[in-house]
Amino acid sequence: MRMLAFSKRNDLEVLRDPLNLFFGLGFPLVLLLLLTAIQANVPVALFEIERLAPGIAVFGLSFMTLFSATLVARDRSSAFLQRLYTTPLTAGAFILGYIVPLLPVCLAQSAVCYGAAALLGLRVTVHVAAAVLFTIPIAALFLSLGLLCGSVFTDKQVGGICGALLTNLTAWLSGVWFDLALVGGAFQKIAERLPFLHAVELERAVLRGDLTGALPHLGWVAGYAAAAAAGAVWAFLRQMRKQ
Amino acid sequence: MEAIKTAGLTKKYGALTAVDGLDLTVEQGELMALLGVNGAGKTTTIRLLTGLARPTSGDAWLLGKSVVTDSAAVKKVIALSPQETAVAPNLTVMENLRLMAGIHGLAKSEAKARTDALCGSFGLDEAADRRAGKLSGGWQRRLSIAMALVGGPRILFLDEPTLGLDVLARGELWDMIRALKGHITVVLTTHYMEEAEALSDRVAIMRGGRLLLTGAPGEIMARTGADRFDEAFVRVVQGGAV
Repeated sequence: MRMLAFSKRNDLEVLRDPLNLFFGLGFPLVLLLLLTAIQANVPVALFEIERLAPGIAVFGLSFMTLFSATLVARDRSSAFLQRLYTTPLTAGAFILGYIVPLLPVCLAQSAVCYGAAALLGLRVTVHVAAAVLFTIPIAALFLSLGLLCGSVFTDKQVGGICGALLTNLTAWLSGVWFDLALVGGAFQKIAERLPFLHAVELERAVLRGDLTGALPHLGWVAGYAAAAAAGAVWAFLRQMRKQ
Repeated sequence: MEAIKTAGLTKKYGALTAVDGLDLTVEQGELMALLGVNGAGKTTTIRLLTGLARPTSGDAWLLGKSVVTDSAAVKKVIALSPQETAVAPNLTVMENLRLMAGIHGLAKSEAKARTDALCGSFGLDEAADRRAGKLSGGWQRRLSIAMALVGGPRILFLDEPTLGLDVLARGELWDMIRALKGHITVVLTTHYMEEAEALSDRVAIMRGGRLLLTGAPGEIMARTGADRFDEAFVRVVQGGAV
């Protein structure tokens, strides 16, 4: 119950910020519409809706790192966490309270993205619902990164690191905007060893109903999500002790 | 039983000793002000007593519970209103109060009764549906203290509760703090001598992490031979006749 109260507050803090709504929902939808319009005039295989929608869904989730990191960093800097550290709320409740409530928000964000894609021509099958569900491990990755960054950086640093760096890394290294094979070399090798490309490929495979093909990508994403979660727990507990 | 008792409470940060062998007792229902110039160790003392920092040596007992060995039990009987206003900015006043009720595990009916009562006694009714981040400094400070009271603490720590407030807002907050006297134990830190004199049953004056003197404001004035309390404070801190 204590954790639920804290979770509810975290949801409200994120959802009531109009900037969050714009970047979390509006911006990915604008990109989806824009690239679909380009595709209608200059057909590019990469921007076909079946390939584009999963990429935009993952790109949209990368903003959740910014939102959760900003929330944690602001709580630390405003003494709000100091107040809560003197209550009976446990360390586990804090960590779950920052991650769990934003998972449904991620699912809703993904559902809206695929819903918009459906209006733009994506065939609605059971695989769309599966693709929404498979955003859970991806969301866990981005939210854990948010808790990690929010525990380590100040709210101003978080804006630069999560808002600019991470979203750009996700965009460039995920194969959403261009085919990584076109660049090749070290760039492609690095992209293949990071989770962003695998997150997009996981979604693409699930959307076309290829669960076998999705498994290796799920492994990459789940592995990175577990590592990010472990790092987040360590960083949060460390700053909690320092407080 | 004493509400707070410390024995040799010490906190060191590297070479710096922020609190040095503090022996202090606060009786139940008493309002004690911790006074001292910057760096005296007031805020560190509050951090030690609320479990935010661990003592390097010594111990403190709050209603008989040790901050070293039983901090979970201590957290059930205390509340802190930090120096900076600590509210959830995108939540309304009422949502902030209900958040604290949920975190303290209050049942729904009890939470409603307590948050409604606090809204009334702190004059927050008219702002109940306004977002906390949009309130003025004075209103945020009221809310911050009300939030600390939702869990029904037996010991309340107020760290510089009126810092930065105008005269009117400060006066209103003083009335609210006065109303708590006798019901719960209050420890407050302040730089305003008139605040300490107006509110406290006793004050504890610190310098360089050490406790110099405790006593009622009137007693301290008598002991130092000062006409005003701020003058008495200066004499104590500067090591004059006590």
